[in-house]
Amino acid sequence: MNQLKNFTKGLLKENPILVLVLGTCPTLATTSSSLNGLGMGIATTFVLLGSNVVISFMARLIPDKVRIPAFIVVIASFVTIVDLVMQAFVPDLYKTLGIFIPLIVVNCIVLGRAEAFASKNTVLSSLIDGLGMGLGFTLALGVLGAFREIVGSGSIFGWKFIQGDGILVFILAPGAFIALGYMIALVNKIKKS
Amino acid sequence: MEYILIIISALFVNNIVLAQFLGVCPFLGVSNKVNTAVGMSGAVTFVMVLATIVTYLIQTYVLNKLGIAFMQTITFILVIAALVQMVEIILKKISQPLYQALGIFLPLITTNCAVLGVALLVIKKNYNLLEGVVFGAATALGFGLALIILAGIREQLELAEVPDGMKGVPVSLVTAGILALAFMGFTGIVK
Repeated sequence: MNQLKNFTKGLLKENPILVLVLGTCPTLATTSSSLNGLGMGIATTFVLLGSNVVISFMARLIPDKVRIPAFIVVIASFVTIVDLVMQAFVPDLYKTLGIFIPLIVVNCIVLGRAEAFASKNTVLSSLIDGLGMGLGFTLALGVLGAFREIVGSGSIFGWKFIQGDGILVFILAPGAFIALGYMIALVNKIKKS
Repeated sequence: MEYILIIISALFVNNIVLAQFLGVCPFLGVSNKVNTAVGMSGAVTFVMVLATIVTYLIQTYVLNKLGIAFMQTITFILVIAALVQMVEIILKKISQPLYQALGIFLPLITTNCAVLGVALLVIKKNYNLLEGVVFGAATALGFGLALIILAGIREQLELAEVPDGMKGVPVSLVTAGILALAFMGFTGIVK
């Protein structure tokens, strides 16, 4: 029961993007299409899962004073793994996401979960927490990416169902800010009522 | 001429926040007041230029020499974190007024993805050291420009009547979107 709660809180109640507003940079940058958004979400989920598990294992061994640098090294190692794996197996996606793959290191969600949850909880809870948070992140990125792709180019997952150009601005930078702004406003509205 | 192009490109056309989405967290976090925005941009400029120089030297003389370029991410983030700590300690000893002006912003900078982002971009674009420094400084100024403009708008926005759900982050994001729209007008000046 408790573990279920650890899992579901990341999806909606404490959704890292829509409620906590962490990790906005990759959110805005990689959601120009639904596929890119999902790819970034899955990459981040993997890092989150790995770093949460390892950190909850090591938390008691690391002296309190050097805890943050130690966490960062663990996270950076997982990011390097993701970086190399994606470069080898999905080179196209790797090229599109570009610099934002190494930048998962400074994604506040990952360090935030390490500090706030994994360092204080058991390995199993940390694993579930990482999975929930990662899926919540992926969900928000997927929805935002899908919205921008549908409105901006009239297609979804690359499948075009509306002829013509769409509202181009939603694929470009300004559309990202505006779409995320209204999405958070919507969640605020739903939470209040 | 080349340097002028780099500056204009980094400042307006490919503005780090509004076109490349790096450093959005501090962009939303510290843009409440113009004063804090100015302090934050000062600290970012300082660290970004320093970090660009140090990471560039490490990439050319350590990572490439030893053939361990895949360690780039781990090395850079540690170097930046250490650098920020060091700058904080040195500033505290040498210049109290400067420390008081920039001090509180320094710890926030480690998690600013713009700093690591610029360090990685300099390597990716194959700049030499001087070009890298110019690029780093111009990018930091671009960050400051966007931050201060948004802070100015948000100070005015406090007097406006914003619908309940839109208060805080959402309305700032929409404002930033309109700002990004304005910056799109620069597209095409430089390739």
